[in-house]
Amino acid sequence: MNLPLQTTNIAVPEKGIRPLLREAKSLSFWAENAAPIGLIALVIVFAILSPTFLSIGNIRAMLVAAAILVILAVAQSFVITTGGIDLSISATMTLGAVGFGIAWQAGFGFWISAIIAILSAGVIGLINGLLIAKGKVTDFIATLGTLSVATGLALIVTSGKPVSITSPDLLRLTTGSVWIVGYPFIIALLVGVVGWFVMFRTRFGLHVQAVGGSEEAAVANGVNASRVRMAVYLIAALLAGLASLLLVARIGAAEPAINTSYLLNSIAAVVLGGVSLTGGRAKIVGPILGALLLTALTNGLTLLGVSQFYQPLAVGLVVVLAALLTRFQKK
Amino acid sequence: MNTTASVDTDVILSAQNITKSFGGVHALRGASITMRRGEVTALIGDNGAGKSTLVRCLSGIHRPDSGTITLDGKVVEFGTPLAAREHGIETVQQNLALVEELTVWQNFFIGREKTKGFGPFQMLDRKAMRSTAESLLSDLAVNVPPVTSRVRRLSGGQRQAVAIARAAGWGSSIVIMDEPTAALGVQETARVESIIRKLQDQGVAVLLISHNFDQVLRLSDHVWVMRGGLAVAERRSSETSGDELVALITGAKAA
Ligand SMILES: Nc1ncnc2c1ncn2[C@@H]1O[C@H](COP(=O)(O)OP(=O)(O)OP(=O)(O)O)[C@@H](O)[C@H]1O
Ligand SMILES: [Mg+2]
Repeated sequence: MNLPLQTTNIAVPEKGIRPLLREAKSLSFWAENAAPIGLIALVIVFAILSPTFLSIGNIRAMLVAAAILVILAVAQSFVITTGGIDLSISATMTLGAVGFGIAWQAGFGFWISAIIAILSAGVIGLINGLLIAKGKVTDFIATLGTLSVATGLALIVTSGKPVSITSPDLLRLTTGSVWIVGYPFIIALLVGVVGWFVMFRTRFGLHVQAVGGSEEAAVANGVNASRVRMAVYLIAALLAGLASLLLVARIGAAEPAINTSYLLNSIAAVVLGGVSLTGGRAKIVGPILGALLLTALTNGLTLLGVSQFYQPLAVGLVVVLAALLTRFQKK
Repeated sequence: MNTTASVDTDVILSAQNITKSFGGVHALRGASITMRRGEVTALIGDNGAGKSTLVRCLSGIHRPDSGTITLDGKVVEFGTPLAAREHGIETVQQNLALVEELTVWQNFFIGREKTKGFGPFQMLDRKAMRSTAESLLSDLAVNVPPVTSRVRRLSGGQRQAVAIARAAGWGSSIVIMDEPTAALGVQETARVESIIRKLQDQGVAVLLISHNFDQVLRLSDHVWVMRGGLAVAERRSSETSGDELVALITGAKAA
């Protein structure tokens, strides 16, 4: 009885399994760190191909350009950690921008207009939260609906025309900087730090992860899942409102135009950051790096004179690759 | 010992005429059970008899459609699982109610996290939670998993140990265990049984759901039998046998 047992033990195919294991190991390493590795690789490639890529001026420009996406990625990360998705995030930002424009036109100062921008974005978040947490509407459908509503409202209120804004406060927001780091990126970094702290060091953040991991178990342990869901959509919208200020400052106008690339890129950044769309595993640094990666990608392609038309294609390829890689993440 | 007057003061928890339906499924049709202070009460019955549903009513997950729950002589209503916990009822759910993506210590404390700081600036006291979880768990498990590992990585028995340690560690007055030894090895089962005895020694009333009659007769003082959403019979454990319990469960013998 012992002999056959021993032979089966010995018969482990040594040649086949070990290299495979090693590969799987390295694949999971790649999957876990797709965003930082990708970012470093891109930086190296573009630095070789274009001498201006790593110039102070270009780094400065990239960081400013990345700020909005970083904020949206943090916002989207909270929603996606609960297993949801916010398709309305970019339309909400547009509505916030328009809210700022209307308030500014009506003669309110910068600060009041800024508050109105954030609040008008917050309304969309409130509606999302109510629909999803209380109305039990699928997140995808609910936020697709509010995407359309917010876009429509922005067009109606402005009659489709951009409201141009010349405010010294806004100007300072875009041009001011500490060393080469512009104010927009500092704001984005602050959002990132606070977001990380809330997600990983507070009771609320733990509840966000618990609801995303298993709503049933979270509820059985006394987590109010619908309040958590309400909160993440509200947070996402308020952050979109904050981002709308940077958008207005960047363009110098409140534009009611639809901005789908920010929506897709915010989700792409989160996926690149290694967050699974099924929820439960939170990440904040990853999505921020993902946002930086996408910005560097667009910037580098522009520097190399690649046609604008190729940029969505490049972003798409990177995201699909990242999504494939996440399959190899350690569970 | 069996006069109604003295039984009443001995009763710590009583559920009367509890009904609960899910759509067309009548899971509970007016079930009534009582638990006595300091006793291990067993709840047995076939699959689908309604045991877990009753447990979920007692632990605040389900709101009964009708019926009353009386705790220490006072009628209570548990709107949330937290409310049940605040009344001193801890539960090991049959599905364990663990979040796989979270770590062991996080699972220990979901819903009642330890925090430090003041006012709105509360942050998780991770160190305190980790060490508490570690000491509660090491009392129970044979193969103690590190409290920082994700529950997803644990074996079935380790998960069960986590859920049991979580319920047993809070100095509550009632601990409900829905099939706590279902996935456990011999050693772990023995440990759980000794935990149940320890709880009993501390004066905790335990409600034990189990399909293992030997275990029920060994551990419990009193047995309730459920069938078709009703508690159809009760026995003192010392005055019954496995055969009688089987007959009561199947309905071969009337209460
Ligand atoms: N959430 C629910 N939705 C619909 N039906 C349910 C739900 N929970 C329980 N039921 C039904 O209620 C009945 C009782 O289920 P319950 O889980 O209480 O049985 P049980 O006695 O615990 O069985 P087991 O020994 O298999 O654990 C079953 O018919 C079950 O299908
Ligand atoms: Mg059950």
